[in-house]
Amino acid sequence: MQFMLLFSRQGKLRLQKWYVPLSDKEKKKITRELVQTVLARKPKMCSFLEWRDLKVVYKRYASLYFCCAIENQDNELITLEIIHRYVELLDKYFGSVCELDIIFNFEKAYFILDEFLLGGEAQDTSKKNVLKAIEQADLLQECRREPPLTVCFLSAQLTTEKPL
Amino acid sequence: MPAPIRLRELIRTIRTARTQAEEREMIQKECAAIRSSFREEDNTYRCRNVAKLLYMHMLGYPAHFGQLECLKLIASQKFTDKRIGYLGAMLLLDERQDVHLLMTNCIKNDLNHSTQYVQGLALCTLGCMGSSEMCRDLAGEVEKLLKTSNSYLRKKAALCAVHVIRKVPELMEMFLPATKNLLSEKNHGVLHTSVVLLTEMCERSPDMLLHFRKLVPQLVRILKNLIMSGYSPEHDVSGISDPFLQVRILRLLRILGRSDDDSSEAMNDILAQVATNTETSKNVGNAILYETVLTIMDIKSESGLRVLAINILGRFLLNNDKNIRYVALTSLLKTVQTDHNAVQRHRSTIVDCLKDLDVSIKRRAMELSFALVNGNNIRGMMKELLYFLDSCDPEFKADCASGVFLAAEKYAPSKRWHIDTIMRVLTTAGSYVRDDSVPNLIQLITNSVEMHAYTVQRLYKALLDDISQQPLVQVSSWCIGEYGDLLVSGQCEEEEPIQVTEDEVLDVLEGLLVSNLSTPVTRGYSLTAIMKLSTRFSSVNRIKKVVSIYGSICLQMYSYSLQALFCRNDWCFSLSRKWTYLILFLSEAIPPMTAYSKNGLKIEFTFERANPNPNIAVITIHATNTTEADMTEFVFQAAVPKTFQLQLLSPSSNIVPALNQGSVTQVIRVLNPQKLTYTHKGSPIQDLAEVNNFPPQSWQ
Repeated sequence: MQFMLLFSRQGKLRLQKWYVPLSDKEKKKITRELVQTVLARKPKMCSFLEWRDLKVVYKRYASLYFCCAIENQDNELITLEIIHRYVELLDKYFGSVCELDIIFNFEKAYFILDEFLLGGEAQDTSKKNVLKAIEQADLLQECRREPPLTVCFLSAQLTTEKPL
Repeated sequence: MPAPIRLRELIRTIRTARTQAEEREMIQKECAAIRSSFREEDNTYRCRNVAKLLYMHMLGYPAHFGQLECLKLIASQKFTDKRIGYLGAMLLLDERQDVHLLMTNCIKNDLNHSTQYVQGLALCTLGCMGSSEMCRDLAGEVEKLLKTSNSYLRKKAALCAVHVIRKVPELMEMFLPATKNLLSEKNHGVLHTSVVLLTEMCERSPDMLLHFRKLVPQLVRILKNLIMSGYSPEHDVSGISDPFLQVRILRLLRILGRSDDDSSEAMNDILAQVATNTETSKNVGNAILYETVLTIMDIKSESGLRVLAINILGRFLLNNDKNIRYVALTSLLKTVQTDHNAVQRHRSTIVDCLKDLDVSIKRRAMELSFALVNGNNIRGMMKELLYFLDSCDPEFKADCASGVFLAAEKYAPSKRWHIDTIMRVLTTAGSYVRDDSVPNLIQLITNSVEMHAYTVQRLYKALLDDISQQPLVQVSSWCIGEYGDLLVSGQCEEEEPIQVTEDEVLDVLEGLLVSNLSTPVTRGYSLTAIMKLSTRFSSVNRIKKVVSIYGSICLQMYSYSLQALFCRNDWCFSLSRKWTYLILFLSEAIPPMTAYSKNGLKIEFTFERANPNPNIAVITIHATNTTEADMTEFVFQAAVPKTFQLQLLSPSSNIVPALNQGSVTQVIRVLNPQKLTYTHKGSPIQDLAEVNNFPPQSWQ
């Protein structure tokens, strides 16, 4: 996968994950053009389109478009499953996820994505494992309880951590 | 100092902005606050401030002043800081900036951290955006983690290694030992990422490919277990066990089996098994089947398996899910050359896809349909494709028209059918036909000698209906100019001959000359056709009158375009084919013309007919000079197209005297030694770069 974009029906960007090195200017240009192209698609069209020299896979969930650019040798149909898996993870984490959750907790959306995909590929194919890892990491962040035994103690927990 | 506003509070506030200007104001205010907080090196709230900055960055506002702060967060001991810091690094930094190298040390430390979630952050960041330098520095750490027994880290290390290899291919070797027992893992995460790593290595290095071929039996076994094993809740997706892993294994098998008979044979059974046993009711099953088909088609599979694969694609074409239909068409397009007969069996389904609502599906169906046309099915296929041409979106028409012409040329069952097909394209999609089609069609018509009468009749009738489609009008004009005698003679074998008089034909051609719909190129065709008819029709006077009126106008237009030709001391001009033709036709009837007038130099042409040979036109050039200095070394040259002959007589002098005190005259004689026939054989021969300056609407 080269990149993943989440955007609303009005074209507002909610998440952008780039797995290829591009300048800010290029990213903005690509985002603008691709968002426009996808939003112009009619509901009866299929989820795939050729854009520049890439294959683009997109799917709409409620008010959010999930859009991935994959390489020519990648499997479009399984990419749809990848997108779906990410949505399921978000759903489980937030409890019936909606766009507002992603807006107000965008950093968490990124953390979940980064626990599911690395360099554009799936790290773990088990939903349970990904959610568990997020949960544990969140606990570390909270530091209101002791982290489980599988995790070593962090030193310097003496300073009070401020919530974001 | 009050605490900086919290992230969610900021988000809430910004969302209340009613205009872009209001939003910008809020952002600027907050950025200023954040900037001063950064300047004060506030450790407590740095995390919060960077998080806010990241939000504002997502809205499109600049956030580069936060880059260094991300690095400070990464270096912090607090997990929250690191989490946001690494996220910020991935969003704000890229390998182009030197500052990202400062991360290297932090990442190195964090890769060796005692908490696996910190190690995970480091691996993730490195694997997402690590530059080649960073990868070089840290490859050793990644390799170490690839050998750990901690599956949480091992799976991440594998994908990180993929990135390292992509950035620094020479480092691939060092990861080889660590791959030794990757596939013996039970953990699906490690298995999946290992297969990805192995795939990357095999794709990049033929040596690695050879080395890893021995893994085929093991991969086959893993795949078999996935299919045969019972329900595993952890990895189940709609009743299929770990489809992600299945797909990746199939892809690796494809690479390993390519161009190797033994490996291909070893995977034959499992591929057949997956192809026949996978549940197809949901997308996930079809995703696996799709990958299976791709693998079967790419390795050295036996023909039975290949037919099985094509049939899967055939079934995909009938699926209600348009995504499935789309990948089927894409895959069939890839295999149509190698497995032509097998794909032919699904021709009618493919043709049905021409009626699909989705643009991408339609396009693929069209490409595939053209690929499937052959001598046996040409009539039926062409019927469908012409119907498609009638009703398709404009974006398809040009390609479809070209495709029809090509297919007709290759497989036309008869000349009449061929002409009819061309007619159909010209009348239904005439404006979309490519420019080069016109000369090609003219060539085709020329060669179909026995069809001339039929062709000119049909084209004439088409002109009566519609003169808006330029390629049609051009071909028709040419045809009438060439075979007008057949048209008025009332002879036609193929269909009922029409009764038309010379005057009626000339009316139509003249109509084209005056019509607003005709482009200059089209006008050229019709004027030339009229001229040609002077040798075929008896109403020569009418023709001469028409040509002299329109011809003079066209010559005048041409003279302006000649101006572009002249450069400093070398007065050279070229006559295009049509212009030469026109001069010969009209000769003395052309009024004197100013061919060039610039910087004080004026060149005029006068025309007369030579006696006794009427096929020679005589052009006299008169050069005068209004400037105060004489123009010396004045040399005039000319060139004409191949079939004509040119004679340049000696000039009266080489000096054009100043202040109109005299002129240089020179005579040019142009001869057309042949009968006035016409062929389109490219543009006049020129060595002059200036010829390109002719505006497109000039006569060529």
